[in-house]
Amino acid sequence: MLKAFSNYKALNIYALYFHIGETEKKCFIEEIPDETMVIGKYRTQLWDKQTGSFLPATPGLGMHVEIKDPDTKIILSRQYGSDGRFTFTSHTPGEHQICLHSNSTKMALFAGGKLRVHLDIQVGEHTNNYPEIAAKDKLTELQLRARQLLDQVEQIQKEQNYQRYREERFRMTSESTNQRVLWWSIAQTLILIVTGIWQMKHLKSFFEAKKLV
Amino acid sequence: ILFVQVFWAHLLCGWAFGSELTFELPDNAKQCFYEDITVGTKCTLEFQVVTGGHYDVDCRLEDADGTVLYKEMKKQYDSFTFTAAKNGTYKFCFSNEFSTFTHKTVYFDFQVGEDPPLFPNENRVTALTQMESACVSIHEALKSVIDYQTHFRLREGQGRSRAEDLNTRVAFWSIGEAFILLVVSISQVVLLRSFFSDRKTTTTRVGS
Repeated sequence: MLKAFSNYKALNIYALYFHIGETEKKCFIEEIPDETMVIGKYRTQLWDKQTGSFLPATPGLGMHVEIKDPDTKIILSRQYGSDGRFTFTSHTPGEHQICLHSNSTKMALFAGGKLRVHLDIQVGEHTNNYPEIAAKDKLTELQLRARQLLDQVEQIQKEQNYQRYREERFRMTSESTNQRVLWWSIAQTLILIVTGIWQMKHLKSFFEAKKLV
Repeated sequence: ILFVQVFWAHLLCGWAFGSELTFELPDNAKQCFYEDITVGTKCTLEFQVVTGGHYDVDCRLEDADGTVLYKEMKKQYDSFTFTAAKNGTYKFCFSNEFSTFTHKTVYFDFQVGEDPPLFPNENRVTALTQMESACVSIHEALKSVIDYQTHFRLREGQGRSRAEDLNTRVAFWSIGEAFILLVVSISQVVLLRSFFSDRKTTTTRVGS
């Protein structure tokens, strides 16, 4: 039954899809708190001009997956096959960027440049495989449900912590803007007054030297 | 093996999955997503523009025959629920073609059907104990909390992005204006001086 469930979950990745060009790079952003696990699964299909439909994945057609953390440091940069599964855990909260692009040069030959990518990205508590956890820890139904609720609450707490950190950043930005507006207004007013006085004085002495006044 | 796959596909009719993605939409670009939906499934498409320009995007949802189910231009945020009337591939597109130079970041959440239950052999008619039903209600409530958190995060991201934009603009323009002020006042004086400077042309000498 468990195997049946895992097969059924496998079909889940055939949900949403989009088309990608040959050298096109598609990026997705996941804004997540720290210590959050992200699992991404994709499946590719190639357009066959002859049959006018999408063929199931051909080997040799790979996708390059590149994941950057909020400081734009690359945390994963790997080549996967036509079906792939990548996973990472965030260590800093923020916007992580997941980029996919096809590395295949054979595409132009076969496909006229069209590739269909089925993608599924799961974050946080959605990454937990409950039947597996139930089997491993030998939990009853009720215990498993309680575990699921606990995971959800943990995710909510992490998100709230992250929210607090972001609100602080927002507040700092606003206060910095406030300071800048204040100081630059004063500075500009001073510059205006000083240059005005300088202009008057300079012109006065200039005209006096010219004996026009 | 095809039979087994077809079998599983039919089993999936009961419950399906949701996709939630945030992607970059460059200027003058259109991005489409497709999903195969079976008839009778209740689906919800929600989207929100996170960063970029005036925070708006065009959205269009078509069913398997190309009939437009939902079409809105320059929307910042919307939510659309429909029940699939036909089997087939549904397509929804986000377009930034009206913008010439701003990249946009768009978040969307496309829920198809209901979330799968925790136990695969469970179906709607299975009797649950009170504890189990309480757990199910708490689970649903927490899901909605998480959903609200996501929307809050996106709004806050939007606000923060505008604030940071404002901050850089204030700095840039303040320095720029101070500089222009100085340049203009000095050149005014120089220009004025040049009007009265000694030239070969006579200043007076009328007559004689």
